[in-house]
Amino acid sequence: MDGIHDMGGMDGFGRVQPEANEPAFHADWERRVFGIVNGVLALTGVNIDEFRHAIERIPPARYLSSSYYQRWLLAAETLLVERGILSREELKSLAQPEQVSVALPAVSPRGVPAQARLRPRFKTGDRVKVRSIHPPGHTRSPRYVRGKTGVVRRVHGIYVFPDTNAHRAGEKRQHVYLVEFSARELWGRDHRERVMIDLWEDYLERVERGSIVNRKRKFVPARQKRRAEKVSTALPPPGRSNRNRTRSRGRVVPKGTGLRKRRDQ
Amino acid sequence: MSEHDPSEHGPAARVKALEQLLVEKGLVDPARLDAIVDTYESKVGPRNGARVVARAWADAAFRKRLLSDAVAASAELGIAGPEGGHLVAIENTPRIHNLVVCTLCSCYPWPVLGLPPVWYKSFAYRSRAVSDPRGVLREFGVDLADDVEIRVWDSSAEQRYIVLPERPPGTDKMNEEQLAELVTRDSMIGVAKVTAPGKSR
Repeated sequence: MDGIHDMGGMDGFGRVQPEANEPAFHADWERRVFGIVNGVLALTGVNIDEFRHAIERIPPARYLSSSYYQRWLLAAETLLVERGILSREELKSLAQPEQVSVALPAVSPRGVPAQARLRPRFKTGDRVKVRSIHPPGHTRSPRYVRGKTGVVRRVHGIYVFPDTNAHRAGEKRQHVYLVEFSARELWGRDHRERVMIDLWEDYLERVERGSIVNRKRKFVPARQKRRAEKVSTALPPPGRSNRNRTRSRGRVVPKGTGLRKRRDQ
Repeated sequence: MSEHDPSEHGPAARVKALEQLLVEKGLVDPARLDAIVDTYESKVGPRNGARVVARAWADAAFRKRLLSDAVAASAELGIAGPEGGHLVAIENTPRIHNLVVCTLCSCYPWPVLGLPPVWYKSFAYRSRAVSDPRGVLREFGVDLADDVEIRVWDSSAEQRYIVLPERPPGTDKMNEEQLAELVTRDSMIGVAKVTAPGKSR
């Protein structure tokens, strides 16, 4: 969902304000919320993606006006009610009725193929474009990279796909890639700055070398065609061979390792 | 915000009631909850990361192992745990400065740094670290030359990043323990440089 949590690149939040000698928790109730989320939610079978998505489902105005552990509390209550562990009445007994505010409902799960492709589609050096998707549910593809082109810098291995796992619609395991984007591509600025971000395979599509150039070739005269070919040679080498794909250092994580049972912090 | 926030009247009472309810349902063992909190409040913290950094400065072979497989390297020092299963170390150099953020939530390498500070989870940091890293660093007192490349690592998946800061000059005679004393949490997130004792940042 294109929610308020997806903040990368937004303006208006002001300066970063560090606190000197900051304690781990600022109040005892924060300790208890931390403990409940880490000690209880996991026991009830809630996965990390569901927890993150429960935070994202907090209405934007409420999200912005709540502190970090207040958002955790809201998310925990939401999930406990949705799981039937706590009834709405019990939740109401914790507070004045008008104060009860559970996050928005998640979208219904949709069926997805269980079997993910285990061979990485991309390899280090490949140019990739982040798909311009706007899923109504959970996603870890931030808005600021969607539609942007970057370069694969590392193949991380196979991980559970958050977009389905958050909706209990299957793990859809697939490769995750470290992708590098320039400040020019993301923000239109020529600063010596890059963003390195980890993206699941389903978020990405291949940018073929000269794919735009080739399309032009049908229409342009020979002189421009030569120029176009020059441009195409300036691009990094393409991933056109299947042979190299197995060279990636993908680490396959066996099922049942509890890989994604961990809680978000 | 016009919306009424129950928390402003005391999340304390609400959380206490919630915990009580979960205890009654047999879902919470308060002692277990105490143990979880204690672990992250007093046992796991940036001193772990500082030991890793100091070892990397003092031992070139370890540094190499850390940069190629930070999970295995930190395990050599007995450091492991939740949010650290896919730890990646990234190295600062005179030409490249690394900065870690989580724009979508608050992902952070718990076993080496503990729980994240409030500013790391703040809207200001999450929004601007990717689009204006130089400006954010200036607010932390780090003024990088325009020709130093900044790499911002957005922790959007399972990888958790720790910055290996540059070893400050004038520390050649220091042992590993003394070096670890110099390493700050902020330097391992990438919003500070490590300075030698007696020097201001």
